[in-house]
Amino acid sequence: MSTQHSRTAARFMIAPATVLLLGWMLIPLCMTLYYSFRRYRLLTPDRTGWVGFRNYENFLTNPAFMDALVNTLVLVLGVLIITVVLGVLLAVLLDQPMFGQGIVRILVIAPFFVMPTVSALVWKNMFMNPVNGLFAYAAKAVGLQPYDFLSQAPLASIIGIVSWQWLPFATLILLTAIQSLDSEQMEAAEMDGASPLSRFWFITLPHLSRAITVVILIQTIFLLSIFAEILVTTNGGPGTASTNLTYLVYAESLLNYDVGEGSAGGVVAIILANIVAIFLMRMIGKNLDA
Amino acid sequence: MARAVTQKRKLIATLAAWTIGMAIFFPIFWTILTSFKTEAEAISDPPSLFWFDWTLENYGVVNERSNYPLHFMNSVIISVGSTVLGLIIAVPAAWSMAFVPGKRTKDVLMWMLSTKMLPPVGVLIPIYLISRNLGVLDSRVALVVVLTLINLPIIVWMLYTYFKEIPGEILEAARMDGATLKSEILYVLTPMAVPGIASTVLLNIILAWNEAFWTLNLTAAKAAPLTAFIASYSSPEGLFYAKLSAASTMAIAPILIMGWFSQKQLVRGLTFGAVK
Amino acid sequence: MGNITLNQITKKFGEVEVIPPLDLQINDGEFVVFVGPSGCGKSTLMRLIAGLEDVTSGNIQIDGRDATETPPAKRGLAMVFQSYALYPHMSVRKNIAFPLRMAGMSKEEQDAKVEAAASVLNLSAYLDRRPGQLSGGQRQRVAIGRAIVREPAAFLFDEPLSNLDAALRVGMRMEISELHKKLATTMIYVTHDQVEAMTMADKIVVLQAGVIEQVGGPLELYHRPRNTFVAGFIGSPKMNLIEGPEAAQHNATTIGIRPEHIGVSTESGTWKGRVGVSEHLGSDTFLHIHDTGLCDLMTVRVSGEMNVHHGDTIYMTPEADKLHRFGPDGLRLD
Repeated sequence: MSTQHSRTAARFMIAPATVLLLGWMLIPLCMTLYYSFRRYRLLTPDRTGWVGFRNYENFLTNPAFMDALVNTLVLVLGVLIITVVLGVLLAVLLDQPMFGQGIVRILVIAPFFVMPTVSALVWKNMFMNPVNGLFAYAAKAVGLQPYDFLSQAPLASIIGIVSWQWLPFATLILLTAIQSLDSEQMEAAEMDGASPLSRFWFITLPHLSRAITVVILIQTIFLLSIFAEILVTTNGGPGTASTNLTYLVYAESLLNYDVGEGSAGGVVAIILANIVAIFLMRMIGKNLDA
Repeated sequence: MARAVTQKRKLIATLAAWTIGMAIFFPIFWTILTSFKTEAEAISDPPSLFWFDWTLENYGVVNERSNYPLHFMNSVIISVGSTVLGLIIAVPAAWSMAFVPGKRTKDVLMWMLSTKMLPPVGVLIPIYLISRNLGVLDSRVALVVVLTLINLPIIVWMLYTYFKEIPGEILEAARMDGATLKSEILYVLTPMAVPGIASTVLLNIILAWNEAFWTLNLTAAKAAPLTAFIASYSSPEGLFYAKLSAASTMAIAPILIMGWFSQKQLVRGLTFGAVK
Repeated sequence: MGNITLNQITKKFGEVEVIPPLDLQINDGEFVVFVGPSGCGKSTLMRLIAGLEDVTSGNIQIDGRDATETPPAKRGLAMVFQSYALYPHMSVRKNIAFPLRMAGMSKEEQDAKVEAAASVLNLSAYLDRRPGQLSGGQRQRVAIGRAIVREPAAFLFDEPLSNLDAALRVGMRMEISELHKKLATTMIYVTHDQVEAMTMADKIVVLQAGVIEQVGGPLELYHRPRNTFVAGFIGSPKMNLIEGPEAAQHNATTIGIRPEHIGVSTESGTWKGRVGVSEHLGSDTFLHIHDTGLCDLMTVRVSGEMNVHHGDTIYMTPEADKLHRFGPDGLRLD
């Protein structure tokens, strides 16, 4: 169904979306690039000028940068591993015949709808607080010393909170994928003498590979820019123990008012995200076309 | 499976699933519960489960002291506004890609997805400065525009996958029946795509409602939606657990309910149609 | 009126030429069937006539007017799609009325026309149902109803029966033929089923790879196929095509003989072979004969029943005046 007429109409109708997105991408990108080579501090906005790669030097040699890079990777990988592994197990469990499946689904999916600031605050205060948190009560009840999660293990705590937010997402998608598995295939494997474990390994898991790819892709997009959870719980601290790249750039530009260095950090973040993106797109391209 | 499942196996699965489900849901449950306690009971040792004096006092206090209605309205306006605006831009685009696909359609779709990969911090400064210079910092307009743009790829993708399922022959039939492009989209495509459009709207409202990078960075007080309002509790005020819980409950309740209704379509939207 | 003339039309998809220059004349009131194997361009040809695709070059005339650039809505044609393409969110009444509504006709007129069409098609009882609540045959009728209310210059049918089960298909075939007699409007009908073509058409257009192999009435195609492709395509079971020395005896590169034009005997005959599978239909028996030394597998039709077994030797004699002779280019020799 394509005549000259409809193709012309199509071009007109797709234009607004593409133009807007292109503008949304290019204009700020160019500006970030521009500022990253400029001296520009919001506190002394009059002293400007070209500084070459100085901003990049400052940003990359800042010890906080390496910390932030490592923290970002640990955060993303940690959450990915936890959510995918637990997600698969939980999806398999929820796929079993049981009473009240619908209600369990609703319980499991709920954390995904909680806004990041709320979940961060609830975990921080009502659970992880060393004095009044529920975990502290639990520790005291069994005679242990309460543990101050957010100052002793800030990154691990944040990984825990974020995993709680994203586990429902992984579970829901993997469960949907499992349910699309042809039950005759399972029965055929059973007839062929496959044990439940090898059925899981040779049939369920390969069937899930596409869904797992999708989960990884989408979660990575969101996890690379985790922000609110850190802002609300630890402010990146203590020190830089829980600062990720997103938070570092934010701190540099809007807390230290150094637009130049912040922009350099932004460019670095974009480059790193692109490396991850290329890697992911390859994986997706392979898995999605099939 | 067509086979009878042993009752025992079903019971074990039920027990395990319910235990895990309740554990996952517990923090939300606890928040809602605490919102009905007095501040003293909220931090009582040992924690009280159901046997306390239920009170609605916290909801009243939060509403009075903190201008909660304003933030709630901000959230509504920002999420609904950005969704409607996004839909107006995305419906024609998705129509084009679904029904008049060209050689580059797939590339355009992939490119749109790739704009989601652009880390927001990379463009934080320009957007912040542009908003400041235009005088729209801390305004609903700025957030509506920004959230429209960041969610546009998802809206286009979702609509695209839903439109793809409508057989092209039906639109051709409309064309043969004398329908113009406008009547084709208005009388045939849109009514047929209502379920898809509805779930796109739902998902997008959820995403916009919970968005917490731009809402935190581009607002101060006036235009702050609930995400930013709640973040203000990270200061010592957060130690008033009961009030924090009441504010949190009010912030998440509408979306929690919407989300439960749309969970089936959610999978598809969140995976850009890759998992159905 | 419904004269349609195609002048030197071509269609390319990118670099691929789907239809090389093609001429065709369709006269008012004719029932024309485009038939050919899948991928032969018959559906594309119909879509070009409908205006759902642009021609790459050439022109299309409808009733003497150049319609090459006219959008589909303005060509005055109605189409019945393979999937019926009913609007699932509208009742049967609204489906049938849709073209009238698009034409801006008054509500009363719409109702009158819908009622009339529904009674012709036995749909009156279903007018307020949705397409999803109808059977395949009923949906088919709604699609036809939507086409006839427009009073088009010509109807286009794109494989309309392929989604129906066998029994229903025969019934609908009759109904469409009946409708054609009643309306006397030009109908163009695309199918890959040569039985449909033979039973319904006034004029059959046999297509292969976008090229018209032959145009003619059903019996003309049966008795005088213009080339080996048409010979093999029209008729069921297929004509036996024989090459080699046996053909040379008749001064031809290929000779063809239809299964029903071969006499069979267990004692003597011109050709000899071994019986393979025999299909007993009661009224007829089809024998598949191996090892004739003429072609891989020869098919023979015997009227009534015949008591032969797998592996039996059998003799065959072709009816000399029913032999078709084809030259080295595959064209008929006369």
